[in-house]
Amino acid sequence: MLRLPPFEYRRVGSAVEAAEILAGEGPEARLVAGGTDLWPNMKRRHQMAKTVVGLHNIPELLGVQMNGELRVGAMTTLANTAADQELRQGFPALAEAIESISSPPLRNMGTLGGNLCVDTRCTYYNQTEHWRQSIDYCMKAEGTVCWVAPSSPRCWAHAASDAAPMLCALGARIRLVSKDGDRVIPLASLYKDDGIEYLTRRHDEVLTDVLVPASASVNNGCRSAFFKLRRRGSIDFAVLSVAAALWPDSSGNIERLSLWLGAVASAPVEVNLGDLAGQTLNDEVIADIASRARKAATPMDNTDFRTQWRGQMVAVHTEDVLRRLVL
Amino acid sequence: MTESRVIGTPFRRVDGRAKVTGETRFADDLSFPRMVFMKMVRATVPHARINHIDLSAARRVDGAVDFLTGEDLPVPYGILPVSHDENALALDKVRFVGEPVVAVAATSEDAADEMARAVRVDYELLETIADAEEALDKPTPEIHERGRGNLSRQASFRFGDVDAGFEAAEMVLEDTFFYDGNTHLPIEQHAAVAVPEDDSRLTLYASTQVPHYLHRTLAKVLGNWSGPLVPAWRIRVIACPNGGGFGGKSDVFNHEIAAAAMALKLGRPVKCTLTRDEVFYCHRGRHPVLMHMRTGFTKDGAMTAQHLRTLLDGGAFGSYGAASTLYTGALQTVTYQLPRYAFDGVRAFTNKPPCGPKRGHGTPQPRFGLEIHLDKAAEKLGMSPAEIRLRNLVEPHAITANWLQLGTVGLGPCIRAVVAGSDFEKRYNQLPPGRGLGLACGSYLTGAGLPINWNQLPQSGVTVQLDRSGGVAVFSGATEIGQGSDSMLAAIVAEVLGVGVDDIHLCVADTALTPVDLGSYSSRVTLMMGNAAVEAAENVRTRLAQVVAEQLGVTVERIGFGGRRVFDIEDPSRNLSFTDAVALAEERFGTLATTGSYKPPRAPGRFRGAGVGPSPTYSYSAAVVEVEVDPRTGIYKIEHIWIGHDIGRSLNPVLVMGQVEGSVYMGLGEAMMEEQVFRRLPRRFREQKGLSGALVHKHPSMLEYKNPTFLEMPEVTTYLIEDPDEKGPFGAKEVGQGPLLPIMPAVANAIYDAVGVRVDQVPIHPHMVLSALQAKAKGKAAHFGPRKFPDVPYGEPLRVPTPDEGGDGRALNETRKKSRHSADGTMPEQKNEEKKHVTPAAV
Repeated sequence: MLRLPPFEYRRVGSAVEAAEILAGEGPEARLVAGGTDLWPNMKRRHQMAKTVVGLHNIPELLGVQMNGELRVGAMTTLANTAADQELRQGFPALAEAIESISSPPLRNMGTLGGNLCVDTRCTYYNQTEHWRQSIDYCMKAEGTVCWVAPSSPRCWAHAASDAAPMLCALGARIRLVSKDGDRVIPLASLYKDDGIEYLTRRHDEVLTDVLVPASASVNNGCRSAFFKLRRRGSIDFAVLSVAAALWPDSSGNIERLSLWLGAVASAPVEVNLGDLAGQTLNDEVIADIASRARKAATPMDNTDFRTQWRGQMVAVHTEDVLRRLVL
Repeated sequence: MTESRVIGTPFRRVDGRAKVTGETRFADDLSFPRMVFMKMVRATVPHARINHIDLSAARRVDGAVDFLTGEDLPVPYGILPVSHDENALALDKVRFVGEPVVAVAATSEDAADEMARAVRVDYELLETIADAEEALDKPTPEIHERGRGNLSRQASFRFGDVDAGFEAAEMVLEDTFFYDGNTHLPIEQHAAVAVPEDDSRLTLYASTQVPHYLHRTLAKVLGNWSGPLVPAWRIRVIACPNGGGFGGKSDVFNHEIAAAAMALKLGRPVKCTLTRDEVFYCHRGRHPVLMHMRTGFTKDGAMTAQHLRTLLDGGAFGSYGAASTLYTGALQTVTYQLPRYAFDGVRAFTNKPPCGPKRGHGTPQPRFGLEIHLDKAAEKLGMSPAEIRLRNLVEPHAITANWLQLGTVGLGPCIRAVVAGSDFEKRYNQLPPGRGLGLACGSYLTGAGLPINWNQLPQSGVTVQLDRSGGVAVFSGATEIGQGSDSMLAAIVAEVLGVGVDDIHLCVADTALTPVDLGSYSSRVTLMMGNAAVEAAENVRTRLAQVVAEQLGVTVERIGFGGRRVFDIEDPSRNLSFTDAVALAEERFGTLATTGSYKPPRAPGRFRGAGVGPSPTYSYSAAVVEVEVDPRTGIYKIEHIWIGHDIGRSLNPVLVMGQVEGSVYMGLGEAMMEEQVFRRLPRRFREQKGLSGALVHKHPSMLEYKNPTFLEMPEVTTYLIEDPDEKGPFGAKEVGQGPLLPIMPAVANAIYDAVGVRVDQVPIHPHMVLSALQAKAKGKAAHFGPRKFPDVPYGEPLRVPTPDEGGDGRALNETRKKSRHSADGTMPEQKNEEKKHVTPAAV
């Protein structure tokens, strides 16, 4: 089988302890959560580490609590997160998004924090070292050219988290802990549209909590929906995900609508919907939003399916998701 | 013979428990003292001369043991005698990304991996050939420098007066189809463990479908190399149970030879287990084939003539390709009456992993075309798709226009079963928009009629040995690849001797201990091994019957076997236990061991190329697929499949159904998503890199090479059609491959019924359906697929009169020179020359 390169593994008792190691060792140290992304990446030598800091069995990073807002510890497995009854009841689309990730065995290992930080993906990048050597590598790892768009100065690897667009639509925030203290930021601000530098997380920070506001719960009138497009009913990463949350006003019209796309750029993409306050989600409005979504998406030839078709699908599936929000 | 007790019952497969409990030892599970680990260093460029190999850094790796390079193993080999064009390690040039160049051995797998990374190879890049059409345009640079361009095999035949056939037609239909390449994707990655024995012999354990051919090849290559020479009779190949083969382990692989050589060189056991990407580079899978089909019909749907042209993308080596080329034409005649037939086929070399045989070997591609073609013809003629097929079925035991001798034909009952099961005649063309039904059929060999190495030897042998404890040991070269060959062997012997299936001790797939069986390919095992097993078991049974008859004072004809007893059929209370009968017979005859052998009947074709296609008998299948298509996206879902398979007779109906459903699953993968495709870097970057640049497999991983999951698998209703064929043991025909054939065209036909668009290629991606729907909406042709077929030099056709025209199976224009090549892909056995081997004093 593919072999892991040698590295030092450090197990820690707290997030702060992990952050201290990251600060001390610099960029050659990495965190590992479920390992479903990092270990294959290291076996293929496109992510390397001198030190790997394991966050397992740290009680403060585990568990789902509903206390007005929803709080999920970053090391809670995807399976345990989606199985939480209060989460399922209050945030059904979030549970759906999490259950769309990969396959049951990987959801038993993978964590919510890990999924939010999952590396961007590309068919020129997620390959063995031998394969990548055969194309003279690519910009994201060891090379100089982005083969998806060879004239482009940037890397076009696509965002791969399914939880991210849904949590962004719900207005989630995250807590990042470093040795100097912690900060809570909107999840949306974690991401950058760059295939290589895709996170704003500082290297010495540990993602500890995911916080979803109570206002995003169905119990407070928020309606949400999620769709993931992929080749097969399991295992596959998204080639498109559509996540929407609607806050209706007292007369049932739109007070606020949030629409996010996954896998069609290097970061989750928020669709600019203009001013919809007071409007109803009728056919005309839905068609307009679908067209805006199509324009917001920049699918590239970096994953499964024909690129042009994936673009066409943005509009179709945006419409479908929005229709599910109509009562 | 007494009423059967095992045959026809759903007995538990003999290897079932070990497989589900994890006790089965696959090749990678084996470990030996002092074993070292081997890795292959593979080419990172698609076409290049090797200037220099630098091993210095790799030598310094902690744990490094040794290396082999191409010059250590200079003897070329290949599965077919006509194409010995491979070397275990590239000699002077590499021909595809992933071709092995160096083998490294170390004391741990990690160290071997590090060594492989440290090897530096300096290449002089050559221009690449990416696909078959490019190979036609670019005879140079030659991938194999033979002075014959980049075409690997050309074939052309005219069976009968084809022009007259077309003149008699009332409608002529023309179509172009494309079938993309795909790979076998066995769950088990290939592995080999070579063990030097007692200083002068070698044992190789391998995940192989063809231990006999591997044995032959090892003997050839190790008969002249840099290390100790070992003759065939000191080499033992043991095929471990295969975790899936599907044709992907039916060739000889570089790592198998290199591991054997490394073990001899070091005097230590050597293990090499491939990674998944390496399995994609071994390939030998489905050839991408572009096809042009032109057929004449009468207005009642009978075919008057067909002209089929094929263009195969063969990859970098010959492999089975000469046979694959002929298989793209050979079986067009075995389902529906086709009185006159022209076939032209060409296979091209390209800088990609070699293509070869995958389940259905060369026949799914033209079958896909033919079954869609017939659907189109039926519509134009105002007939139902079932009717046009049923009206034109071949006659049982007929000889076809291309000189294939048919056996029983259960295709009609297969069609009627699936048509009734799916309520096809009421629901076809009547379902709501987006919902559709598609019908298609297929047929496949029950074992290739000719051996790869042309000789008069048995193609399968079985030994049955009885011991005085009442034990039954059975020896056969047949290889278990998951298809159930061990279970068939045990069941057949158990049936004949009246003992339990679980009573049988099996010794299989061991070239030192078992008689030869040519291998688990061409759906040959149950028929050929089975017939040999019947003969061997009956031979020993005769001896038991004779002594028991004497003991009981009755005639031999009155002796029956069952329930571990040997008895008087007319008074079963008079009996001996099986154990006592064995002892009695051993007293009389000495040690009880008998053999059986099988060789297929000689086929009637006598022209060059007639060797591909003949079989003792053919299986038949028909399938109806129900599909739901979303016209906004082109995404379709398979809702249900009804499949009928003419098995001759089920030796075990549960195993047969398992093979049918497995074929359906694999066929759906080919229809819907599987593709072994490649990508090239943009031209300006290729030029920067010096002509060659990358030509790489797009996704050599099980995540991105898409195949269906449980969630894509629909409900399958299977009908087993039993019409015993005397050629098979107890009347059995094949089931391992045939049921795959109707699936791909039935999916395409169902999509047409659902939304009225034709996708004339596979895999059928959603964008193809959507694109055809959008074209249709604009009033353009509701079609997605290839529109042009290039000019291809097929060479001078062989003109072979058909049986109906009074032919004798020979070609009119074949010069009957004394050729070393027989019917295609085979040549006479070369006599073994024992004297040229030198026995090593010590290894």
